[in-house]
Amino acid sequence: MEFSLSKEHEMARQLFRDFAQNEVKPLAQEVDEEERFPRETVEKMARYGFLGIPVAKEWGGQGADPLTYAMCVEELSKVCGTTGVIVSAHTSLCVDPIMTFGTDEQKQKYLIPLAKGEKLGAFGLTEPGAGTDAQGQQTKAVLDGDEWVLNGSKCFITNGKEADVYVIFAVTGKIEKRGKMMKEISAFIVEKGTPGFTFGTKENKMGIRGSSTYELIFTDCRIPKENLLGQQGKGFNIAMHTLDGGRIGIAAQALGLAEGALETTINYVKERKQFGRAIGAFQNTQFQLADMATKVQAAQYLVYAAAMKKAEYQKNPKISYSVEAAMAKLYAAEVAMEVTTKAVQLHGGYGYIREYDVERMMRDAKITEIYEGTSEVQRMVISANILK
Amino acid sequence: MKIIVCIKQVPDTKGGVEFNPDGTLNRAAMLTIMNPDDKAGLEAALRLKDQYGAEVTVLTMGLPKATDVLQEALAMGADKAVLVTDRRLGGADTWATSTTIAGAIRNLEYDLIITGRQAIDGDTAQVGPQIAEHLQLPVISYAMDIKVDEAAKKVTVKRQYDDRYHVIEAKMPCLITALSELNEPRYMSVGGIFDAVKAEITTWGRDDLKDVDDSNIGLAGSPTKIAKASDKVRKGAGEKKAFDSPEESVSYIVEKLNEKHVI
Repeated sequence: MEFSLSKEHEMARQLFRDFAQNEVKPLAQEVDEEERFPRETVEKMARYGFLGIPVAKEWGGQGADPLTYAMCVEELSKVCGTTGVIVSAHTSLCVDPIMTFGTDEQKQKYLIPLAKGEKLGAFGLTEPGAGTDAQGQQTKAVLDGDEWVLNGSKCFITNGKEADVYVIFAVTGKIEKRGKMMKEISAFIVEKGTPGFTFGTKENKMGIRGSSTYELIFTDCRIPKENLLGQQGKGFNIAMHTLDGGRIGIAAQALGLAEGALETTINYVKERKQFGRAIGAFQNTQFQLADMATKVQAAQYLVYAAAMKKAEYQKNPKISYSVEAAMAKLYAAEVAMEVTTKAVQLHGGYGYIREYDVERMMRDAKITEIYEGTSEVQRMVISANILK
Repeated sequence: MKIIVCIKQVPDTKGGVEFNPDGTLNRAAMLTIMNPDDKAGLEAALRLKDQYGAEVTVLTMGLPKATDVLQEALAMGADKAVLVTDRRLGGADTWATSTTIAGAIRNLEYDLIITGRQAIDGDTAQVGPQIAEHLQLPVISYAMDIKVDEAAKKVTVKRQYDDRYHVIEAKMPCLITALSELNEPRYMSVGGIFDAVKAEITTWGRDDLKDVDDSNIGLAGSPTKIAKASDKVRKGAGEKKAFDSPEESVSYIVEKLNEKHVI
């Protein structure tokens, strides 16, 4: 087991850190306050390859590995949770399934511009009645001649209105499975601007407020037959595969938020004085920080281990990284919530004020326990594996 | 067009500097970066490459550890890298350094050589012009803008002065020294990093230098003697703000002092 990073990874971390400090941090507060999608940052990230990190060069990507990608989301999220999730949703939830299940024609048409960052991606699985329970899907796709006709809606879609390419799940029929009739789910690639594809409500969120979270509405939306992603009826597997990878991205986001809050707090307790001493001189502060730092380090090991397991899976698809991804996301998300909450507490009254970054980090952290599989779902995945 | 960019690995002075008892820098004890003026020179070369198409070779003289800045330059978009390293070249002052670098450059083809104006560790601004002198090339220092006319094989450069600038034309090949104010250097790209670490770096020693006499290299070939070396006195960059009324100015200052917990 390796606990040191390679030269490539060290250099990549330096790149992500410099970029985050210079380009992302100065906008973080404004992006949050004004619920503004940081389009200019997305364009800059595209230029340096941040939107196609784990994609082969022949498909417009950077030819790097899942660990590099996780480090990118981590470093961005240290200073801005919104920017972290933009990259994560794009890469894990749209680029990855097209890279994994797409035909060469689909990769040519969609993967290359997505990996180059010329286009932004999103993923639509969740519906008002189908979150954790994917079988609750209502959106339907019916084949009519050479076109699929989509009807229904998706909610809480990250990169919602800002994306260009969407991976959308819909019911395409019914199949019998172990004596029960189940919905047959398939995946599709849908382009923005397709007639019948519109946007509904923009969600007004607690955190990651700059990320564009929208409802997607499909009304007799006709897409070409060849935009079916993977085989018909394999949508559930595609969604689960995609979410396994997505969990590494969100785990990295959670890790970054926790690290950001910890760093900010370390600086603060050295400066802030009470009773004639820096508050860092009090044992309560020291012990709190010790616990926070230990948990952050443990979360980092879990996240990196999951990313490295995914790299192994890419060489040998028989290897599963579901459990590692679930553990990383479960733990990192809970650490993010705990560490950001303690960071606010250690900042005292200032921690409750909008100008102080930890206030935003605490709001941003909460979603990491919810989206791309709640902490409860992660526990289901992990326990199902150990009890099988 | 072939461009050579000379770069130097220098201590990151943001973290403070440390000296050896003999007054030379304790380089091993400090974090290092690519010298800012050199990075601007590299960026200028990469922009010429983007605009006209060019092959950019970065060259450095230093310890094997200087490979770090060459890899960074490759990850930013340079095409080739040359490391000149040899114990016999150690302890060089600007004269011995420029003699050495010129000796290395004589092995390469070029239309343009770009160096930084000066390095933040030595602050001499001598090496660039000295290289030009050794190679008998025209030199334009303190460049704040560079334009190339490939057909006519000439460059037009804005040279910065304290209170004005000169527009200077020179025939290629020539040497230009760049200011960090010249541009905002690009970042490395992710894919560039992965390629850079795998890339082969040409490594030359003393014996690879062309037309260089032993009396002009290394510590023995360095006429400079350091009388005293000191860290720069640093101050913060500060912040300039203009307000319409004294009231607004005062409330802004109070806000900032509050923010820093001064009051």
